[in-house]
Amino acid sequence: MNNISYKRAESVENAIEQIGSEKESSRFIGGGTNLLDLMKYRVENPEHLIDINHLDLSKIENSDSGGLILGATKTNADTAYHEKVEKRYPLLSEAMLSAASAQLRNMATNGGNLLQRTRCFYFYDTSTPCNKREPGSGCSALEGFNRLHAILGESEHCIATHPSDMAVALAALDATVHVSGSEGDRTIAVTDFHKLPGDTPHIETNLEPGEVITGIELPEKGFEKNYHYLKVRDRPSYAFALVSVAAAIELENTTIKDVRVALGGVAHKPWRKPSVEKEFFGKGANTENFEQLANKLTEGAKGYGDNDFKIPLVRKSIVRALTEAMNK
Amino acid sequence: MKISAWTTLVDALREHLQLTGTKKGCDHGQCGACTVLIDGKHINSCLTLAAMQTGKEIVTVEGLGSGDELHPVQEAFIKHDAFQCGYCTPGQICSTIGLLNMNKGSDPAELRDLMSGNICRCGAYANIYKVVEELKDRNTEALSKNSN
Ligand SMILES: Cc1cc2nc3c(=O)[nH]c(=O)nc-3n(C[C@H](O)[C@H](O)[C@H](O)COP(=O)(O)OP(=O)(O)OC[C@H]3O[C@@H](n4cnc5c(N)ncnc54)[C@H](O)[C@@H]3O)c2cc1C
Ligand code: SF4
Ligand code: FES
Ligand code: FES
Repeated sequence: MNNISYKRAESVENAIEQIGSEKESSRFIGGGTNLLDLMKYRVENPEHLIDINHLDLSKIENSDSGGLILGATKTNADTAYHEKVEKRYPLLSEAMLSAASAQLRNMATNGGNLLQRTRCFYFYDTSTPCNKREPGSGCSALEGFNRLHAILGESEHCIATHPSDMAVALAALDATVHVSGSEGDRTIAVTDFHKLPGDTPHIETNLEPGEVITGIELPEKGFEKNYHYLKVRDRPSYAFALVSVAAAIELENTTIKDVRVALGGVAHKPWRKPSVEKEFFGKGANTENFEQLANKLTEGAKGYGDNDFKIPLVRKSIVRALTEAMNK
Repeated sequence: MKISAWTTLVDALREHLQLTGTKKGCDHGQCGACTVLIDGKHINSCLTLAAMQTGKEIVTVEGLGSGDELHPVQEAFIKHDAFQCGYCTPGQICSTIGLLNMNKGSDPAELRDLMSGNICRCGAYANIYKVVEELKDRNTEALSKNSN
C-alpha cells in the first residue's frame, strides 16, 4: 500500500472539517473491507484516511416517524442480528446475512456497504482499460468476459453492476440515507443514492465529495409478514449475486395491496420501478401477474454475450421470490 | 508498538510481534486464514489497519489455552482430525470460537454458512463441521471463553 496518513475523527463536525480541503486525496474509513482491498490493488490511492468509527454513529434507534435509524458505523452483523431489524425488517436482515462472510460482516459498516465499489474484474485489474477507474480509457467488459455484468440501465461506457445486497433490500423498503457535509445535513432516498453510469461511470452516487453518511432510515412499514430475498449465485454461500431479488408484498386475502420488487446484480444500482409495482395493486397475487410484473420490470433488458442468461434468470427469479414471499 | 499507518493487523501480528500463528493467505478477505478475535468477534485481520484497533482486545491462536493446556476448541480439532496441513486451522479455530460467542448457527445449513468464510485447501471441512456441531451442543461458557 501507499504511504498514507491516518487520523481519527472525534465527531461528525470534526470529520467534515478534517476532510476539508483535501477531499480528492482523502477517504473516510469504516470497516475498511472494501477500501483497503482496493488500496492493495492500487485501484484506490488515497493519501489520507480519516477513521470515522468514533463518531458515535454505531447505534440503532427509533426514528421520529415510527421507523428505525441504523447508525452508519454499526457493523453489518450487529445490524442484521439486531432484535428490531430481525423482527420488523426481516427482508433486510435476510439480505444482509446473505452477503460476504461472518468475519467480513463483523467489520463491514452500514455506510461503507452502500459505498462499496463494483466487483467488475477489469475495474480491479489496473493493466486493463476501465472508464470507471480511468475516465476516457474505455470499457474492457463490453467485449470481454462479462458474465457478471449489467443487463439494465447500462451504457456503452460502463456495464458494471453494484454488488451490495443490503442496498437492494433498502431500496425495496424505501429507506433514506442521512448525510452531513460542510453545507449542512440532508437526506437522499436509497433509490436515488446510486447513479446509472451514463457517460460518467466514475461518479457513482449523489453523495458530494466530503459528505459523510451518518445513518440510514427505515420507514415504519417493514413488510414483516410477506417478504423474501432471493440471491442466485455460483455457490450457496460467500459469493456475490449473479442476480438477486428483494420482494415484499402486502396481501388482502389473495389480492395484492402493496408490492415492492428491487433487483440486484443486474444494474449499476438497485433496480426498482414503483410505477410498474403500482399497476399491480388490487390485482391477484398469482403466477400470471407475477410473470407480467417481471416482464415489465425488466423491459429493455440487454445482454452482452456471457451475461445473456441473466435475462430469463432474473425474470424467473422475480416470480419465485414473489411466490415465496406470498407463501412465507 | 510503533508502526506505520498503512500496516494491516495481520502484518503487525506476524511481522512486528512475531506472532506467526495467524496466517496470511489471500490478503484480500477471501480465505479466512488471517481470522482473529477482536473483542470476542472474529474478523479478517488482513482488511483492517492495526492503528484502527487501539484499545481493543485482540486474541490470536497463540492466546488460546494456557501454558501446556489447549483450549477446548483446539482439543476438539485434534480429536476429530479436523486438519491436514494446518494452514487454515488457526483461522478455523478463531471462527469457531467467534461463532460460539455469537450463539448463532442453530441449524446445520446456517452453521455451514457461518463457517464458509474459512477456506481449507486440504478439504478438511467434514471433520471441522463435526467439531463445530459437537461444540454447539456442549454450549458451555468455558468453550466460548477466548482467553485465559
Ligand atoms: C471476499 C468478499 C466478499 C464479499 N461479498 C459480498 C456480498 O456477497 N454481498 C455484499 O453486499 N457485499 C459483499 N462484500 C462487500 C462488503 O460488504 C463491503 O466491503 C463492506 O460492506 C464495506 O463496508 P466497510 O465499512 O468495510 O467499507 P470501507 O471499506 O471502510 O469503505 C468503503 C467506501 O465507503 C466510504 N465510506 C465508508 N463509510 C462512510 C461513511 N459513513 N460516509 C462516507 N463515506 C464512507 C469509504 O471512504 C470507502 O470509499 C464482500 C467483500 C469481500 C472482501
Ligand atoms: S464495466 Fe465499468 S467498471 Fe467494468 S471495465 Fe467497463 S467501465 Fe470499468
Ligand atoms: S489472508 Fe485475510 S482473508 Fe485471506
Ligand atoms: S488443513 Fe490444509 S488448508 Fe485447511
